[in-house]
Amino acid sequence: METILLSSSAGDIDFMIHGLIKYKLFGQTVWITTSHVCILIAFLTLVIFACVAGRKMKRATEVPDGFQNVLELIVETLDGVVEGGMGKNAPVFRNYIETIFIFILFSNLSGLLGLRPPTADYGTTLALALITFVMIHFNKIKNHSAKELWVDLTSPMPAWLPLWLPINVISEIAVPISLSLRLFANVLSGVIIEALLYGMLSKIAYVWPAALHLYFDIFSGAIQTYVFCMLTMTYVNQAVDNEDEEAEA
Amino acid sequence: MNISGQDLILACSAIGSGLAVIAGIGPGVGQGIAAGYAASAVGRNPGAQGKIMTTMLLGQAVAETTGLYGLLVALLLMFVKPLVG
Repeated sequence: METILLSSSAGDIDFMIHGLIKYKLFGQTVWITTSHVCILIAFLTLVIFACVAGRKMKRATEVPDGFQNVLELIVETLDGVVEGGMGKNAPVFRNYIETIFIFILFSNLSGLLGLRPPTADYGTTLALALITFVMIHFNKIKNHSAKELWVDLTSPMPAWLPLWLPINVISEIAVPISLSLRLFANVLSGVIIEALLYGMLSKIAYVWPAALHLYFDIFSGAIQTYVFCMLTMTYVNQAVDNEDEEAEA
Repeated sequence: MNISGQDLILACSAIGSGLAVIAGIGPGVGQGIAAGYAASAVGRNPGAQGKIMTTMLLGQAVAETTGLYGLLVALLLMFVKPLVG
């Protein structure tokens, strides 16, 4: 049936996640998949990079040279991004946003190394978006009184008439879903198109697919990383902002 | 020729996935409009080209999402086959 749905040379097309090891957890069958392995590789690479960078920066010199230049460039660029997105709240959230920026960027680019990008698994992006969701609501509860939260939930109707409450609740829940699906679908579409190309045109797929990798892996991956972090920053910033503080300032 | 219920569902899934990617029209028009306005903005104020470019790409990346939802539905129908029991 499979061969009828796809074309006859579809046997080589492979972009799915594969299970590697099966084990039982609380009566459920759980798989260790290729995504886990790819995430582990990305994680270890970044940790090793961080260790090397930390050792280098311990012996930092006044006039930066070589590797230190690169590190300072990375940190300053990311600082600029967070500063531009969050303004005065930047120092609190800088570490988190820059960490996920580097992680997502490396995940998206790992397609170039022959890995299946971990962000092309909905589990990864949903986890990232749920962290954002928790951050939004933690900061909302921390910075607003219960009355303000209720007024916010029932707007634009008056507070005693919670007619818009369900719609506002749905729009709150839609935030992590749209955030995760955007990243997931973008990376996945790139993975699928590359897999179709290499599967169907494998005889003539030399050199020129580099253009596709340039677009889907590097350009689209970088843009989506930026968009994910930008939206996270915007949402968290909205949650933190207190109107009283703004009135005082 | 014998067509079982499952074959019919698979055939209709293929048609449905084709229909689902029609969702790509919307983002295409939207991204085109964004690019057009960005071009006219650069024409009016060439100095702000960098900032206009960033804003345009960000807006386009967000606008792309609805099209990708259509793609996702198409892929689910084609490869995950949720309707086949």
